[in-house]
Amino acid sequence: MIRLTVNGKLHEVDVEPEMPLLWVLRDELDIKGPKFGCGVGQCGACMVHVNGEPALSCALPVSAAAGKRVVTIEGLAQGGRLHPVQQAWIDHQVPQCGYCQGGQIMAAVALLRSKPDPSDKDIDEAMANICRCGTYARIRAAIHAAAKKRR
Amino acid sequence: MTTRRDFLKISAAAGGGIAVGFPIAGMGQASPREINAWIVIRPNERVIIRYACSEMGQGSMTSAAQLVAEELDCDWSRVRIEYADTNEHIRRKRAWGNMASTGSRTIRQSEQRLRSAGAAARAMLVAAAAQAWGVPAAECDAAGGAIRHAPSGRETTYGSVAAAAAKLEAPGEVRLKDPREWKIAGKPIRRVEIPAIVTGRIRYGIDARLAGMVYAALAQCPVFGGTVQSVDAAKIQSRRGIIKVLPMSDFVAVVADNWWRAKEALRELPIAWSTSGNESASSESIVESLRGGLDEAKAAVAKQEGDIEAAMPGAQKLIAAEYFTPYLAHATLEPQTCTAVVKNGRVDVWTSTQNAEATHAAAAAAAGVPLENVYVHRTQAGGAFGRRSVQDYTRQGVAIAKAMQGTPVKTLWTREEDIQHDYYRPASMVRMKAALDASGMPLAWHTRVAAPSITATLLKYPLNGGADAQAVAAFADQPYAIPNVRVEYAQRDSHVPVGFWRAVGHSQNPYARECFVDELAEAAGKDPYEYRRGLLPFSSKELRIFEATAKAAAWGSPLPPRVHRGIAVTEAFGSYTAAVAELSVSDKNLVDIKRLVIGIDCGYVVNPDNIVAQVQGNAVFMLTAMFWGEITIKDGRVTQSNFHDYRMMRLREMPNVEVVLAPSGGFWGGVGEPGLAAIAPAVVNAIFAATGKRIRTLPLKNHGFEIA
Ligand code: FES
Ligand code: FES
Repeated sequence: MIRLTVNGKLHEVDVEPEMPLLWVLRDELDIKGPKFGCGVGQCGACMVHVNGEPALSCALPVSAAAGKRVVTIEGLAQGGRLHPVQQAWIDHQVPQCGYCQGGQIMAAVALLRSKPDPSDKDIDEAMANICRCGTYARIRAAIHAAAKKRR
Repeated sequence: MTTRRDFLKISAAAGGGIAVGFPIAGMGQASPREINAWIVIRPNERVIIRYACSEMGQGSMTSAAQLVAEELDCDWSRVRIEYADTNEHIRRKRAWGNMASTGSRTIRQSEQRLRSAGAAARAMLVAAAAQAWGVPAAECDAAGGAIRHAPSGRETTYGSVAAAAAKLEAPGEVRLKDPREWKIAGKPIRRVEIPAIVTGRIRYGIDARLAGMVYAALAQCPVFGGTVQSVDAAKIQSRRGIIKVLPMSDFVAVVADNWWRAKEALRELPIAWSTSGNESASSESIVESLRGGLDEAKAAVAKQEGDIEAAMPGAQKLIAAEYFTPYLAHATLEPQTCTAVVKNGRVDVWTSTQNAEATHAAAAAAAGVPLENVYVHRTQAGGAFGRRSVQDYTRQGVAIAKAMQGTPVKTLWTREEDIQHDYYRPASMVRMKAALDASGMPLAWHTRVAAPSITATLLKYPLNGGADAQAVAAFADQPYAIPNVRVEYAQRDSHVPVGFWRAVGHSQNPYARECFVDELAEAAGKDPYEYRRGLLPFSSKELRIFEATAKAAAWGSPLPPRVHRGIAVTEAFGSYTAAVAELSVSDKNLVDIKRLVIGIDCGYVVNPDNIVAQVQGNAVFMLTAMFWGEITIKDGRVTQSNFHDYRMMRLREMPNVEVVLAPSGGFWGGVGEPGLAAIAPAVVNAIFAATGKRIRTLPLKNHGFEIA
């Protein structure tokens, strides 16, 4: 049995320790926000936070998340209030198909946590997630807007 | 049996909303408050607008509803959008028309139907109120979901009279608003599904979950067209969670209680494939076959004007060039997936599709049941770009579910399967020859395209005079005033399956054509902008968007040292587009795109912000393809397998894109694809201006260029 906390809730799962966290979340716990895009740590669609740090859940064995706090896109809004990054994403109408956007938002939240007022260069470096629909210009604008709001 | 609770139902926040996931039972009859097939109004004033096509990020779900709501004169904040049900569609004699979101046609093909449905419903609601009051309908007016009879001061709401209106005859004819009167359409209304996206609540095909569901991973023969000879199921049968190994005719599926377990077991499963003669095919052999098409004495004639043979000898200069574009994969970020239950002669399918009718038909065929027994549950698609118009994944998912006899199965491809088993944008080779007169203007232009035919191999339609319209797109309908033109097509199919990839022929032919026009301008010693202006008919839409885009980009104004410009223009999908690229190229061949100005004239504008978003996306899609995109073939199979070797553009590589939205009204042009068409030639022409190198084959990485 592996114990982990997801979005504040404690779960016990009986799975192989090497099963990637993504498939524990999606197929065992029915938490569908983290998406499968490549399975090899290339795209970022599966991004979650583990103890506050961004992690690619498709490439992280669940054993590495044992006893830790996992937060997915579903756990970002607090008490019905959207996270400022989520609000900025709506204000800037960032998503197209939306499939990458949970991961993009998790990456942006992590970036703003370490750099509350990121430069374009900071954004370039931190935001490596693939968006096949090409929403990058709006992602950049939304991150700047969210940073500005928090100032 | 499946119940509605099994699939998550989402309703979004105020200000428009979307219902994702469908109640399964009881969709056969029209609901009592249905005013017509597109509109249901509830007593609580909730307006349900049905959407028949697909939403895959192109924004048409919101735009389509805007058109209905505009004519209906309802309150947009009360609108909720639901997918039209394909089963009901079959039973009601295709009440919703064509459900495909392909060819940038979602809005163009349905605007009449959508607007008429809104206007007819409005008339019926007004008539119902007038009847109740005993006054002539002509004395009543409606706005924002309320109906007024000004002479008596009486007022009611849509919700109050909807039940009565639903019983009335639909008016035979309705007047549609002049787009200049629009208040809901034409405005940058927010996309309805975005709140559900940013909270992770939205559901894609991959997210379907049913009670007792199992998971399938599958492998297809690496060499296209191969079939399964044998599998050694015993090797994996005892692994944890493995339920079944299914050797189907052209793929093998492993079914398990968790998809990761299925996929991991599949990797260990020995599979013997039988391939038939394509094992030695390679990119080189395909290029050779294409070149053979260019060299062959005769080819199908797609267009003939004047007499090129007679004109060529009189030329001052003859210019010739060959261009090549490779196979490309779609790489939708959500891999192909299909969840299905086949039970008691009934099929339920959950999948991401861009053509729900095709999904419906494929499910019926795969299960061997009548169309009436199929239920397609619609979801958001995680990208499509043409890939999800082909239903191979639905056929597989349903065949697997059928083999599992009543157990719900989610079939999901790996990224590797997706890259290696696509219906690829065809590789294409183009040879162009032009004869210039003494002033450098073209007297004659001869084009020969050698490429596989999507129309013949995928759609299996006969070719009109032997020419595939997609393969010669942008040549057969080129806009320039050239007296003698011939466009030819040599069909060169290979064993690599081909399909519709965003902008199709317009993702490659404008590159060849507009770069060649630059070559002609150079030979004529003229500025590429002025040269095209001299060739574009005075009243053409191309000239209009070309000039508007050049103006926005300040074509001709001084540039910093080492910065150069390139320009291109074309029609595409009923719209008109032009692009200007401003860039520098370093000694190490790093291309620094300072600015990419893209103009689009799509006639009427339904949602301006969405059009800007689509064109921004077009830029990323095209730059990705032109810098890195190529699918190569070795030993009959695709060489690339995932994003490490089939590269996608990332945020840090995204240049500054400026969209010039210059609608001229009066027509309905496409939006999802056209903005792609002029980008590659504009960038490549700018690279020529910067380096003096003519790049006649893509991708640019093969010439040593990288994005700075
Ligand atoms: S699915 Fe994890 S990085 Fe792509
Ligand atoms: S919005 Fe579609 S992949 Fe990013």
